[in-house]
Amino acid sequence: MTRFLAITRTEMLILRRNRWLLVATLIMVLFALALTFAGSAPTGTLGVDMLTVSVASMTTLSVYLAPLLALMIAFDAIAGDVDRGSLSLLLSYPAGRGEILLGKFTAHLAALAFAMTIGFGTAGAVAAFFGGAGPESLMALVRLILTSILLGAVFLALGYLLSALARGATAAAGLSAGLWLVFVVLYDLGLLGAVVMDKGGTFTQSVFPWVMVANPADAFRLWNIAATEGVAITSGMTGAAQALPVWAAPASLLIWPVLGFALARLAFRKVEP
Amino acid sequence: MTDKALTINNVCKNRGKTRVLDDITLSLAPGQRVALLGHNGAGKSTLIKSILGLTPIQDGAILIGDATPGSAQARRETAYLPEAVSFHPALTGREQLTLFAKLSGAKADVPGLLDRVGLSDALDRRIGTYSKGMRQRLGLAQVLLGQPKVALLDEPTSGLDPISRQDLYAIIDELAAQGTAVLIASHALTEVEARTDRIAIMRKGRMVANDTLSSLSALAGLPIRLRVRASANADALAAELGGNRINGASVELLCSPDDKMEALRRIAGLGDAVADVEMTPPKLEDLYRHYAQEDLQ
Repeated sequence: MTRFLAITRTEMLILRRNRWLLVATLIMVLFALALTFAGSAPTGTLGVDMLTVSVASMTTLSVYLAPLLALMIAFDAIAGDVDRGSLSLLLSYPAGRGEILLGKFTAHLAALAFAMTIGFGTAGAVAAFFGGAGPESLMALVRLILTSILLGAVFLALGYLLSALARGATAAAGLSAGLWLVFVVLYDLGLLGAVVMDKGGTFTQSVFPWVMVANPADAFRLWNIAATEGVAITSGMTGAAQALPVWAAPASLLIWPVLGFALARLAFRKVEP
Repeated sequence: MTDKALTINNVCKNRGKTRVLDDITLSLAPGQRVALLGHNGAGKSTLIKSILGLTPIQDGAILIGDATPGSAQARRETAYLPEAVSFHPALTGREQLTLFAKLSGAKADVPGLLDRVGLSDALDRRIGTYSKGMRQRLGLAQVLLGQPKVALLDEPTSGLDPISRQDLYAIIDELAAQGTAVLIASHALTEVEARTDRIAIMRKGRMVANDTLSSLSALAGLPIRLRVRASANADALAAELGGNRINGASVELLCSPDDKMEALRRIAGLGDAVADVEMTPPKLEDLYRHYAQEDLQ
């Protein structure tokens, strides 16, 4: 039963060795710090501490960055091994396909968690040091870090799915870029268009929030915004959050990784190395 | 229970509309070394992947000992060396082999194994810096993990220099001596000729030959070549023996294995007229050409 841990250890080694971990952590720290300082202006006018503003800015950042970083590791997970010809050898060993996938997932998720915690943690500490923090804003920071890891898990699993379906690592990279664009950019644009066309009708009132929360990236945003009043004020996105029950966004963000992993496992079963 | 390490019975496999494996039957006893020959695309790699359970078969049965392909037991008992194997370039040889040892669940002396295949100097270097031959050796090292019942080697000598090839066959002999049945898919005919117990030849997904080298020669009825060097008059000798004069002093005769002794007696009867006799039995290359190219009905 410790076989998946052997895979995990090896994958961690690879992420460290090829500098992925270092680069991802640096990106997170730099972006989080930049947003914290750039976004600190409205503190006085809104009457919230600097950490709250910082968390609101970093939430927006994480929506883009967490899926991107996750897909950057995940696309190669299966297709890369097929390309190298090492998957057939790996599969001739007693470890099952589920164990292989779980081993990779554990390593990749740990790496993402590391980058997120260091990145958001550093920026949070800086914001708290310069502009103060309270129990509520600290909670918001912890929530941001944990939900970012969850969002990363969703896109790791979806990345494996594409990696199993694609013919070759290059195709998997292309598909991953498309997936990112759809979930993070186009989905929201489409919804926005629909709301504008609808002019406040039934779609906007009752359907729209549910369609929105079905997208893990939006569920992530809603969860972080709905949970903290201060963050909601600074982000100006309270409407959709109030139209949904409290559990909707957490449910979406918790179901997606499980669903994604199950789909990836199914697709991996069909891969013939 | 079966006393065979590997049993393949009437296996058929289709890929799309083409039949890539057609009624393949082959079995290996423990410790037996069998060469699997055939052109590119004859189905050698597909057969190996079927034995590993990596690709499904439509008909027939494969057993590794008593286990079906792809089962946990079968995967514990088979070792595999893929054609042109490669590994993640960021790992070192030691790390890669340690992973395989953990996956196989076998207690392994990783540095010792790497030393056995001549990689002790490259133990902690990244695989990305290895040459093709070194990667092949690393692949061979993982075959030696545990004590596999069956070892499947797909083109094991590709990319190896002549010395490494000899090492490889020494390792194969060791495997066979410990009771592992070894199936070697290869193009290097002269090498497998001397180093295997049995030859199986595939052609377009069918097994066209499967026997020892000498039985195959007898079956194919390929002639033995006798070259007789005359001490004085080659023309007279050629007339006497009924062969062709091939250069100033030699005559070449072709005879079937059954007539071999008779021909030798005749040559010996010529006394001083013959300076030397050289006898060449059919080579595997001739046999291979006979079986792999001939259109069998």
